[in-house]
Amino acid sequence: MNAAVTKLSGAERAPDTKPSVLSVEELEISVRTSEGPRVLVQDLSFDLARGETLAIAGESGSGKSLTSLAIMGLLPPPAVHVSGGRIRLGEADLLSLSERRMRALRGARVAMIFQEPMTSLNPVLTIGRQLIEAIEAHETLSRREVRARAIEALRAVRMSQPEARLKQYPHELSGGMRQRVMIAMAIALRPDVLIADEPTTALDVTVQREVLELLRDLQRDLGTAVILITHDMGVVAEMADRVVVMQAGRMVEQGPVQEIFAAPKEPYTRALLAAVPRMGRGEGAGAPSTAVPVARVEGLRVRFDIRGGILNRPIHAVHAVAGVSFEIRAGETFSLVGESGCGKSTIAKALTGLVPFEGLLEVAGRKLESGQRPEKAFRRGVQMIFQDPMASLDPRMRVGDLVAEPLVIHGIGSAHEQRAEVETLFERVGLERDQLDRYPHEFSGGQRQRICIARALALRPRLIIADESVSALDVSVQARVLELLKTLKAEFGIAYLFISHDMAVVENVSDRVAVMRLGQIVEMGTRAQLFGDPRHPYTRQLIAAVPVPDPTRVLPPFSRPQGEVPSPVLRRGTEPQIEALADIGGGHMVASFE
Amino acid sequence: MSDTTGTLPPGAPPPVARRAPRGALARLMRRKLALFGLMLILLTIAGAVLAPWLTPYDPNEQMFDGLTITGAPLPPNADFWLGTDLLGRDLLTRILYGARTSLIIGVVANGIALVIGTVIGVSAGYFRGIFGAVLMRFTDLMMAFPALLLAICLAAIFQPSLWIVAMVIAIVNWVQTARVLYTETTSLAEREFIAAEKTLGAGHARILLRHILPHLVPTIIVWGTLGISTTVLLEATLSFLGIGVQPPTPSWGNIIFENQTYFQAAPWLVFFPGAAILILALSFNLLGDALRDVLDPTQRGRD
Repeated sequence: MNAAVTKLSGAERAPDTKPSVLSVEELEISVRTSEGPRVLVQDLSFDLARGETLAIAGESGSGKSLTSLAIMGLLPPPAVHVSGGRIRLGEADLLSLSERRMRALRGARVAMIFQEPMTSLNPVLTIGRQLIEAIEAHETLSRREVRARAIEALRAVRMSQPEARLKQYPHELSGGMRQRVMIAMAIALRPDVLIADEPTTALDVTVQREVLELLRDLQRDLGTAVILITHDMGVVAEMADRVVVMQAGRMVEQGPVQEIFAAPKEPYTRALLAAVPRMGRGEGAGAPSTAVPVARVEGLRVRFDIRGGILNRPIHAVHAVAGVSFEIRAGETFSLVGESGCGKSTIAKALTGLVPFEGLLEVAGRKLESGQRPEKAFRRGVQMIFQDPMASLDPRMRVGDLVAEPLVIHGIGSAHEQRAEVETLFERVGLERDQLDRYPHEFSGGQRQRICIARALALRPRLIIADESVSALDVSVQARVLELLKTLKAEFGIAYLFISHDMAVVENVSDRVAVMRLGQIVEMGTRAQLFGDPRHPYTRQLIAAVPVPDPTRVLPPFSRPQGEVPSPVLRRGTEPQIEALADIGGGHMVASFE
Repeated sequence: MSDTTGTLPPGAPPPVARRAPRGALARLMRRKLALFGLMLILLTIAGAVLAPWLTPYDPNEQMFDGLTITGAPLPPNADFWLGTDLLGRDLLTRILYGARTSLIIGVVANGIALVIGTVIGVSAGYFRGIFGAVLMRFTDLMMAFPALLLAICLAAIFQPSLWIVAMVIAIVNWVQTARVLYTETTSLAEREFIAAEKTLGAGHARILLRHILPHLVPTIIVWGTLGISTTVLLEATLSFLGIGVQPPTPSWGNIIFENQTYFQAAPWLVFFPGAAILILALSFNLLGDALRDVLDPTQRGRD
């Protein structure tokens, strides 16, 4: 159906005659504050040609999302506004258009997809209703024609049974499916420009791979120009034709993707690329630690009941963790990887006493059995660093008090000693003594995570659980925090249980790795074993799905297994089938698969 | 509340860290509106306490020269600054003495209601389970029961007096606070920093007092100030029904009630006590608003 379109765009892409669909000239965005206007984005210019993908890459606060909102005319009024420059879409000057004319363009000629497919769809309306409304807002067609367009759009994003999907509600779809619906809504009107703001950041790697491939295919078929806003240099390398690198509201560098990656001109671009964790094949791994285990997990099961029926009795159960056993040795970094819902965070919660469990846990010689709640002494041995440092620090307490709190709770030292200890910890994690009296919101993301690390260290635990602790940080900050964790490991002799969905980070920090799926470990081994010689098909799939920050790499064909994704939700009374792990040599454990 | 640095005992050297309480007070002092509110509250209290020295009249004395020849009340004039009522009593004097009743009702009764509501709402929201369910069903029951009817029952059982009225008002007024705080606590308890506290080994008392309650202060303040005008008027209703403060003891509410039928002939009789209630509620509101901003560290540097 798109042969004609493809041909047309092919003709238009003849060298030197590429007309630009969107051009941004010397864009400046300011915010009004009580101290007068403050410039957020300045001197930004770029052209977007038909069928081209332009990536705007940068860390948080670089102004990349503001730029996309400015193009859409959606800057939050009244404080933030465009204070200079021009944005042209074809012949139209977007900045001089009235809100009414702008509304007609929005969606029809410039469409946008957001990061969170969960929050950008209305949960009380069906997919079909939302899709149809989006089309009807711009075109006058008969009911039947609109419906046909909606189904066509869903088919274009490769949703199975599009007619049936129209009647579904957002919560009935998985994250990847929701993002496809968002894309379907965006392309239903064949826009000239599609702005994708971190479209895959909230998705699992294998789903991300699918969505990226879908975007690429759609672009090829429809000739849509895409602005891809992302912090992930791997995604940039795979998707973009050209790249704009932004930092603190300014454009640092602009150029074709190969040039940016092969020969970055600006120091900032070089630093950014250097900080990106890259996957290898597990080389350089040290000899496996033979130290005594500091933590042992044996036959761990965590089950959550789902109630229902007239009597509100538990009828189903989510087997979040279904029989997991592993050991963490002293001074080792043991990683759990897997996609969302695989049970990796639930293991952390069981170890810290946040959920009831069955099985046996042992940390630093203290045992905890099914149904027991950890007493203080057990908690002292294991501490946790959460994913979002802002959310895990009480915003109404001073950071000095927050770091001292574990000492106060466990009654360690006098007030004077506690204060001294907090100061030492603060310096140890790279913060200043005189910042002790500030509040969490006065720090940057990376600094906040350092505060959380200091807090976890205060009790001198034997094991620190880092649950997605660096996932929310910018790459350069992430690299520094990982470096800090590594130094502290050597200095304090701690072992880490590192939980992450990011294969590249895991590959860089771990001594041993376990891959989880549906509450079970499918493969476990040293870094070299797991990344150099992955055996389980799921492990291979995960590794293949990771975007690689190298634009010259030819993508291997990726196939996601067909059919229903197996679910950890089972009728009450049914136990999940536990796959036994077999040692295939040198402690490399693999679950059986057909 | 202001003592968030309470981890260090008083013996510790005066650390640099101690700037917050002082900072909070200093920042409160910088807010003109808040100071204005505080001033009005202090004035009201002073008026109530010093009433016998401030006015030459007795609040219950029916004065001969307080009425016109035809027996109508006097509008504001040089002798009676706010005029007189139907029985020839000085309105200003009655408002000053009435402030005693109204302050006790508006501040004490309302304060007790706030404490009950906070304890029930927060503990139900934090502990959940059967304990929480029982507390909240009880709250719903209280909410469904007509407040006035309950107040009449209670007041009928006990002898009418100011303190009984205060108790009755406290008993019927805590429900809304409990409901609102319950909802807020349940969502707060799910926040990650509470989970982080649990992993440190913090006990329930520490989590509740140090980490949950401070976040509820804004809501408590809003409900507290909203409650002032409603309770003052509820007291008037009760007095009107004969189960509150007994005449001739004045209260702002019963001055309004006594005179509302003559509103067209003698508007000052309703206007001045009404204005007094409004000003008291408004000044608590101004102070509460500022207090809320000042106690929130994320608002620092924005004033």
